[in-house]
Amino acid sequence: MKSKDILFNGILKENPTLVLILGTCPTLAVTTQASNGLGMGLATMAVLICSNIAISLLRNIIPDKVRIPCYIVFISGFVIIVGLVMEAFVPSLYDALGLYLDLIVVNCIILGRAEMFASKNTVFHSMLDGIGMGIGFTLALLMMGSIREILGSGTWFGLTIIPSSISPIAIMMLAPGGFFVYGCLIALVNTIIRKRGGTPVDKSNGCMGCASFDACRAAGTASEKGGCC
Amino acid sequence: MNNTVFFLALLMETILVSNVVLAQFLGICPFLGVSRKLDSAIGMGVAVIFVLLLATAVTWPIYTYLLYPKFAYLQTLVFILVIAALVQLVEIFLARFVPALYKSLGIYLPLITTNCAVLGVTINCIDFEYNFVTSLVYAFGIGVGFLLAMVLFAGVRSRIDESGIPQSFRGMPITLIAASIVSMAFMGFSGIATGIFGISI
Repeated sequence: MKSKDILFNGILKENPTLVLILGTCPTLAVTTQASNGLGMGLATMAVLICSNIAISLLRNIIPDKVRIPCYIVFISGFVIIVGLVMEAFVPSLYDALGLYLDLIVVNCIILGRAEMFASKNTVFHSMLDGIGMGIGFTLALLMMGSIREILGSGTWFGLTIIPSSISPIAIMMLAPGGFFVYGCLIALVNTIIRKRGGTPVDKSNGCMGCASFDACRAAGTASEKGGCC
Repeated sequence: MNNTVFFLALLMETILVSNVVLAQFLGICPFLGVSRKLDSAIGMGVAVIFVLLLATAVTWPIYTYLLYPKFAYLQTLVFILVIAALVQLVEIFLARFVPALYKSLGIYLPLITTNCAVLGVTINCIDFEYNFVTSLVYAFGIGVGFLLAMVLFAGVRSRIDESGIPQSFRGMPITLIAASIVSMAFMGFSGIATGIFGISI
């Protein structure tokens, strides 16, 4: 695979949020404002790039049997670093993201890329994969955040877009709005994929793309139709 | 007496008002993935309650007596490792001693390690400065809320599967929009705990 393909794979073709539908929790939870979405995306991207590089460097050293705990240690180490840096330099964003910053540890995108890409590829390619997937995730979160902020409070990055005489759709800022906007965005992406002659990934079937796929496969419960669903 | 009222209010708050999945967005992956069939939804829900209680019972003392205050920044790293090890231990224990239970819950256990509800709840217990018993009640309430959301949503999804849906919305999009409507229904509970018990959480 060429370097350029690896980089753009995560942004468009295998966008983790909108095509593979991974990392749904932060996508729904922090995107009440465009700035929060962007911040969360960048924080996750930083962790993803670092963990991809570290795991790729050590891919021949980490024993196969304990690889998942090893990956988790690396990932949570980087999450702690990113959290401390954010607390020091962007405290407002740190407070806004709150719990979800710690939960980057269990973001399936990061563990998934460690398992599926970084453990099998060179350091440089793993870094590119991290950058590509990170940008894809950031763009998706920025899009979600923008739509919800503009519709829900009439502003974008704090700037007033819709005049205050039109009352905003407040529910877009609340939990139901998150689910709704995410569902519509995935439908839009599916339509685009189909228009271009592809077939959208049907996540409702099969274990592919699930972060726990390898754990389940090892336990013998994964299948084409989905072991647990 | 006062404590009982507080615990009841806390349970109602965590199960209905700020439901873990529908209001706090924790554990969305299993919520969307495992809620296709009622029995698997129940299995996953029960496994999550079990692991949540265990994880809280183990991580709370670790944080309070070992990590705080010198190593508080290691919280995330220690908690996720403890949860991962705990899930493995439970799996081994069940397979060896309670094979019947292992058969019904075993396949969900590896998934729970990466379930953000578990890590989220253990961190929340510390952030909210709950004591040990309150933490356990909180974890139980969150677990029951998760089970309730899974079971309700399994019912909703069985209806979706039988209806004609525009091609682009088939699969995940319509599932998310249905989740949005269920979540909207749960918003109707807001304020119920304060209204009934007269205390705010």
